[in-house]
Amino acid sequence: MTLKTQNEKTPKEPRKPRQRDREDVAVPALGVLGMLRWAWTQLTSMKTALFLLLLLAVAAVPGSLFPQRPVNPSLVTQYLKDHADYGPILDKLQMFDVYSSVWFSAIYLLLFISLIGCVIPRAIAHWKAWRSKPPRTPARLSRLPVYGTLVVPSEQRLGAEEAARQAATALKKRGYRVDLRPATVDGGPGGKAALASVGAERGYLRELGNLCFHTGLIGVLISIAIGVLFGYSGQRTLVEGDTFVNTLVGYDQFNPGTDFQSSWLAPYSIQLDKFDVVYDRESPGHFGQPLDFTAHLTTKDSPGAAPKQQDLKVNDPVSIGGTDVYLVGNGYAPVVTVRGGDGKIAYQGPIPSLPTDTVYTSTLVVKAPDAKPTQLGFVGFFLPTAVKDSNGVAYSADPDPLAPQLNLNSYVGNLGLDKGSPQSVYALDVSKLTQVNGRDKPAGGIVLNAGQSYTLPNGQGSISFDGLKRYVALDVHHNPGQVWALGFALFSLAGLIASLFVPRRRVWLRFGDHEDGRTMVEYGLLARGEDHGLAGEGKALRAALAKSWDLADPVSGAPGEAGQAQNRTQSTSGKGS
Amino acid sequence: MLPINQTLGSYSELFMLLAAGTYVVAFLAFAWDMATSGKTGQRDAGRLAESKAASAKVPAMAGASAAASSASAGGADDAGRRVASSSAVPSKGATVADPGLGYTTRRNAARIGVALSILGLLIHGAGVVTRGIAADRVPWGNMYEFCTTGAFLVVAVFLLTLIKRDLRFLGTFVLGLAVVMMVAAAVAFWTPVGHLVPALQSYWLVIHVSIAVLSSALFTLTFSMGVLQLVQARRESRIAAGGADQGGFLGLVPSALTLETLSYRINTIAFVGWTLTVMFGSIWAEKAWGRFWGWDTKEVWSFVIWVVYAAYLHARATRGWTGTRAAWLSIVGYLCVIFNFTVVNMYFSGLHSYAGLPTS
Ligand code: HEM
Repeated sequence: MTLKTQNEKTPKEPRKPRQRDREDVAVPALGVLGMLRWAWTQLTSMKTALFLLLLLAVAAVPGSLFPQRPVNPSLVTQYLKDHADYGPILDKLQMFDVYSSVWFSAIYLLLFISLIGCVIPRAIAHWKAWRSKPPRTPARLSRLPVYGTLVVPSEQRLGAEEAARQAATALKKRGYRVDLRPATVDGGPGGKAALASVGAERGYLRELGNLCFHTGLIGVLISIAIGVLFGYSGQRTLVEGDTFVNTLVGYDQFNPGTDFQSSWLAPYSIQLDKFDVVYDRESPGHFGQPLDFTAHLTTKDSPGAAPKQQDLKVNDPVSIGGTDVYLVGNGYAPVVTVRGGDGKIAYQGPIPSLPTDTVYTSTLVVKAPDAKPTQLGFVGFFLPTAVKDSNGVAYSADPDPLAPQLNLNSYVGNLGLDKGSPQSVYALDVSKLTQVNGRDKPAGGIVLNAGQSYTLPNGQGSISFDGLKRYVALDVHHNPGQVWALGFALFSLAGLIASLFVPRRRVWLRFGDHEDGRTMVEYGLLARGEDHGLAGEGKALRAALAKSWDLADPVSGAPGEAGQAQNRTQSTSGKGS
Repeated sequence: MLPINQTLGSYSELFMLLAAGTYVVAFLAFAWDMATSGKTGQRDAGRLAESKAASAKVPAMAGASAAASSASAGGADDAGRRVASSSAVPSKGATVADPGLGYTTRRNAARIGVALSILGLLIHGAGVVTRGIAADRVPWGNMYEFCTTGAFLVVAVFLLTLIKRDLRFLGTFVLGLAVVMMVAAAVAFWTPVGHLVPALQSYWLVIHVSIAVLSSALFTLTFSMGVLQLVQARRESRIAAGGADQGGFLGLVPSALTLETLSYRINTIAFVGWTLTVMFGSIWAEKAWGRFWGWDTKEVWSFVIWVVYAAYLHARATRGWTGTRAAWLSIVGYLCVIFNFTVVNMYFSGLHSYAGLPTS
């Protein structure tokens, strides 16, 4: 098959520029059609496929070296900030969007066009081969890589025709497609005189598998495209006791597919009743490592539906309303109350904090734009188990909330929330604010243990640490393409296995009647493509025939074989130079 | 979840150390075999020359055919022969091992190497199993365990192939790599026995990682064979060009063509294994993170590895790309496997932060 792809291509090479004009020799006068045909031949050649594959491998690498926007946009922003010199150049080169970049897309699209150009002609050729008989018997079987002879003694009165029939049956049993070719006489239908022979071939599945494999890859690509067009995903952090409703406003972040319509959202709701974490408390090497996260949910398929209790775990999403809901993160949400200088409550409730390490040292930001007379902001740490080190700096010693503590700096001024530009809830731009509390400020930092409160100097307000809740980070996904991707991938895999491990072989046998009544048999085997078992198949076939004709000691009865099979490595696949 | 069995865990570590020590001695035995086999090769070549002089026909007798020149190679061999590629033309006169990879010569040092490898493997197996029992789960949940279990599979696969084929010429490489893996596990990746973090608590860990480690073990074998193939091909072309044969050990190594064919066979199996690794990985990713593919660094490199080996398979079907170039692709593929396992796990951030290494 390989040989075919190679050699069949050769005649299709562009016509040589006709030398009608001697001055013009240097410019190939191919014409538009010729050029196109030339380009197509190049694109669908095996060398190009190989080159594009290697290029694809190389092109995928930058995506692991630089932060990627679709994966983590904030890392990209940070990177651009840190590398102001060459960051923008990399950005221009789409190094932060490698997998949707022009160049990456160009490579894989070319590869797939090449693939289609490869698969279609081969599918047609294979279809024809499938429907036609095994190829005609070569004139000299002895030139095949595996060759042998058998002699059936005259006492058996077998005869060439009968021997051919029996050999055909034996081959059929071994899974070959067989064509029985009776002897012809001079001037007969065959034209010239020929001995009776059998042509057989097996392993059509190899080429079919190869075609399925490559076609399946196209299927996978299309399935991925379907997901990109019609899928959506969203994120939501949910504090214990809160409810998420599946509407656009219910999400913290929502990434619709290109052709997504919000009317597709099923109106389900999810309430987080409780979030349980189990830590390893016994093995010294892994003390405090999490062992289990379980979110206890109450879900409703629609506002009027009956509530259901469900558990959500890592690696075990909850399916609801055509989406899958995943537990991708968790953390602490300290409950605080902020009062303005006027003594009125400006903010009250849980504030999700961002864990930064395995003991849940978390950063948090409290914004109270409603505080009067001036807005208040707090930035700092939450420590589940606060311990002081020798320098008096507090750190967290354990992920469980054994001694929860808030360490905050405070700011007054306009938080800039009403300007309309969206701000992360986890960040506060303090550059235009006045700092009141902090380690290096006369008032010092704010340290709050559970239940404590603190009043800012000059009556600018107060903050209290009232309680602690946990929150979960949920990802919601809907991808209509993924089932198809899996299906095509399995299809491809089956094709790959067939294409790599099903041997494709041809066998021919020729039969003749000796004057003394013996039946002479010669056979030859040829593999198409890589086949390490050809010699073994030759032996097995020989044994099967010898058995059906009662020949004793088949191997030593074949003086020719060992010698004939020697070193016959030629043109099984035509990969030679 | 059963409590961790610390005692058993420390026994496991002791077994690992003993196994590594045994491998070191096995490695030395194979190296000794390599160093002294130059003589064996010459002796056999001499004998071959004599027998050639005695008769034009080379008797396919055990012993004499060990150093059968490629002229007589291939009698009843079924080790996959195909058209000679440009780089792998059986060279005139270069002494190479039997292409059927049968056992022909008696090499005492190599025998000791094999015996010690088997002993090491048994101890190693005890180490892997006790680690699994101590933690009450499959013993491949962090880099220490990938490394120790991976080395176990490398040696096991090597010894299994030895049952049918004489691949002892790979002993130095395979045992050397196994020792490196064991030392890396003990020094760089050491992690005490423990439970799995929730992200790894999935039966997909069992399926996905086991097949990944197995494919990597196979790639390790073909990598060693690829390197040998390159060296052998150079020797063959030097001798074909009339140069002197300084091969020594290489006389016990089969021809570049035989190496290429065999490593192709192993690579096809490993490629299917890696395809499964990537597929199972994406099914797991879908279960864990909600998307089956997201270009996480680990995913990127698994993809790169897959594409490089796909290119290798294509190269084998492309004129002018078999032989040496294919061997290079196989080697590059393996370097990507190593990169994916070491650098990507340790220095690249991503969702696959299961290295089990202390976060600093
Ligand atoms: C998406 C890109 C591609 C991938 C991942 C890929 C992968 C593979 C793999 C793994 C094999 C070996 C298994 C088998 O024999 O079926 C293979 C074989 C093959 N591929 Fe591709 N391929 C790609 C594109 C192409 C293209 C563009 C062509 C045509 C130019 C092509 C032509 C072939 C041929 C002819 C074989 C058979 C080789 C043989 O007979 O040994 N492939 N491909």
